[in-house]
Amino acid sequence: MTDENIIESTVERAKESKKVLVLFAHPAQTRSEVNVPLFHEAKMNKHVTAVDLYAEYPDFNIDIEREQQRLVDHDVIIFLFPLYWYSTPSILKEWQDLVLEYGFAYGHEGTALKGKLFLCALSAGGKEEAYQTDGFNHYTIRQLLQPLEQMAQITHMTYIAPFAIFGSRTAQEEHRVAQHRGKWTTLLNKLTSNTLDLEKAKCIENLADLCTPQGD
Amino acid sequence: MTGYFLYAFIYLVAAVIAVPIAKRLGLGSVLGYLIAGLVIGPIFGLVGDETVAIQHFAEFGVVMMLFLVGLELEPRSLWAMKSKLMGLGGLQLALTTALITGVALLLEQPFSIALTIGLIFALSSTAIVLQTLQEKGLQKTEGGKSAFSVLLFQDIAVIPMLALIPLLAIPELVAAGGEHGAAESHDSFNLVEGLAPWASGLVIISSIAFLTIGGHYLSRPLFKFVASSGLREIFTATALMLIIGIAALMGLVGLSPALGAFLAGVVLANSEFRHELEANIEPFKGLLLGLFFITVGAGINFSVLSENPMLIAGLTVAVMLMKAIVLFIIALIFKIKGTNKWLFTLSLAQAGEFGFVLLSFASQNYVLPNDIISVLSLVVAISMFLTPGLFILFDKAIIPRYKNAKSQRDDDVIDEKGTVVIAGIGRFGQIINRLLAANDVKTVVLDIRSEQIDLFRRFGNKAYFGDASKPDILHTAGAHEASLLVIAIDDRETAAEMVKYAKHAFPNVKVLARAFDRGHGYRLRQLGADFVVSETYHSALEMGAEALRSLNIHPFQVERQKMAYKNIESQQNDVLYHAWVDDASGERVDNNYLKLFSELESLIEDALKADLHDKHSKMRGWTPPPKGYAEKLAPDEKPDNAKK
Repeated sequence: MTDENIIESTVERAKESKKVLVLFAHPAQTRSEVNVPLFHEAKMNKHVTAVDLYAEYPDFNIDIEREQQRLVDHDVIIFLFPLYWYSTPSILKEWQDLVLEYGFAYGHEGTALKGKLFLCALSAGGKEEAYQTDGFNHYTIRQLLQPLEQMAQITHMTYIAPFAIFGSRTAQEEHRVAQHRGKWTTLLNKLTSNTLDLEKAKCIENLADLCTPQGD
Repeated sequence: MTGYFLYAFIYLVAAVIAVPIAKRLGLGSVLGYLIAGLVIGPIFGLVGDETVAIQHFAEFGVVMMLFLVGLELEPRSLWAMKSKLMGLGGLQLALTTALITGVALLLEQPFSIALTIGLIFALSSTAIVLQTLQEKGLQKTEGGKSAFSVLLFQDIAVIPMLALIPLLAIPELVAAGGEHGAAESHDSFNLVEGLAPWASGLVIISSIAFLTIGGHYLSRPLFKFVASSGLREIFTATALMLIIGIAALMGLVGLSPALGAFLAGVVLANSEFRHELEANIEPFKGLLLGLFFITVGAGINFSVLSENPMLIAGLTVAVMLMKAIVLFIIALIFKIKGTNKWLFTLSLAQAGEFGFVLLSFASQNYVLPNDIISVLSLVVAISMFLTPGLFILFDKAIIPRYKNAKSQRDDDVIDEKGTVVIAGIGRFGQIINRLLAANDVKTVVLDIRSEQIDLFRRFGNKAYFGDASKPDILHTAGAHEASLLVIAIDDRETAAEMVKYAKHAFPNVKVLARAFDRGHGYRLRQLGADFVVSETYHSALEMGAEALRSLNIHPFQVERQKMAYKNIESQQNDVLYHAWVDDASGERVDNNYLKLFSELESLIEDALKADLHDKHSKMRGWTPPPKGYAEKLAPDEKPDNAKK
């Protein structure tokens, strides 16, 4: 591709704004210091639909019909959650088990999610150094999230790197919440305006590195 | 007889016309009553000398008001007020008396007259100020509370003043008045009159002790006895009997009835009958106070005013200015800040109804000559007349000035969780209350059965006796300020009436209602209830689930069946409701509702059965892909090829 082509295609893409769905899962929001601020930020963005799953389905009685309709209505799907035992809180697993039905999300005729963008936005208590092959947790975040990557693959969605916040237990004490919030806002804006560099986003480790508020 | 009707009619017409207009113009009801009085009295001359007699009668409204104020104030909070009471009240009274006495001395009045004038003008108007503070919702602000402390102290101080004034009698006036006049000044029903000081002290102390102890221990059995009769008007009669009895007792021992009523109110503030008492006394208080304000307006003597208008206007302005300056200085000393400082200063800068009492008392005791009295009564009345104007000044000029400064500090205000009013505290309401209380939500609990309330109070809960079907009780329980009203009573008709009234009177308050059955539930929903639940629905579902589990059906399967039941029920609820509305309003005669109802039954049955036979359609969730689907996958969809 020549430079002109790149510019042209970027402009082309930027014309159509994308609809973003944030599926937020946090079972103890009174204790949340990072996730809840991010969720509120998402709620304020008018191109973003932000859903608090634990609030909508406190008894886990997930409305399959409605959730599938939500997926159909949006172009970008984000799971926003605190990392629990190297995975999502249980309601997101329940959501997958129920909503991603055969014939809808996978299988021969299951193409409803084809071409949508999927990513995880998560907070982890441990430091970034801990999530390394030679670190305390032995695996990187991307490796730990591979079941979700494969979920995206089999449902024909485009998977990009997770937006990961490390050391979230001390983010407040270290006055990092505003900075994380800024990056998150940048990410949401790039997604809605379709100006995120997807090729880069697919191969890097942490999407947050692409989201410094003043641009890349 | 017809004459009385005529007078009553004139008063009522004046009030009915003037008060709503004044209220609409933002002048407040007090000014409306005063203007009504002015119109029927001095302007058109429809009423005459009887206003003085009516005024004495109407002053009873002040007694009732202090009783109600007392009801709002628990003994503990009264005790917490003591330093404010003595400090603010004492200082205001002492400084104002000294200042006005000093000015009167400068005007070459003899000391006894100057002091009497000082005492009279040191008092402010409890009736106008408290009524206006309540109307404007300012009684809970710091300025409002401080003003109340001062007013309460003044009401107490009237008693020693009444003792002091006769000592200031002017010998020449006494001689001129003759001996029979002196005898008149004595109250013919005074028990402590002829007693030695120690004995009268003893009588006074024992009567106050009787009031507090009797109020605490005797009132409860009495109210319970009356409440058990179920006769509303007898409860009202009991409440009136209580207040009139206290007023009479206080009169007998030479104390202020208002003070006695206030004390009785405080004693009963913890009682479960508090809200019911409030609801019963409130209308009487309102009418009597209104009457009192009318008589103040009607009593303004235009002939004296027209003789020396400058003198009276000058005196009125001077008195109000001096009072305001003293109040402002006190506000500075006690560090009352911002709008509260101005509220405190402006609200109390008038003479009060006790001024009239002292003036007539002073005249009876030959302390003041009559020409001074007629001028001073006019000053008292006009200053009261101008008070609503000061409140308007506060609203229009002071508050806007502080608005900007305040908005920057809004973050400090902790938004308190609203209170919840629960009507009915039987088996149903108790569970709701426990859940709310455990989450630090303030609840106000009402029930019509006093034994139920008793039981509930024994566990340290706040509960009040009250007939919830009576609209007033919802108001006094604070339903208009509550964020939720929970109707948990088991009387179907009353519940429906309550929902209707509550949605009409407080449209912003969410109403949660307990329904007897489906039909009753739909009726409540039609009347505007925001959430309705049938009292047996969830327990029956739970029992059914337990029955299934007892039959060895897997507990999680049972849970799913329950969910499916709930889902169908809530999906069909709207359809059924609209059919019910149509049928109930007579628009349909084909019993559509019944048809739909049996449809619901079969829908539920279908949904629950579907899963048992593992049909794919109806019951969703955790349905595995068809057997052998992996073999049919396209090559690039196969799990091992997934990663390109």
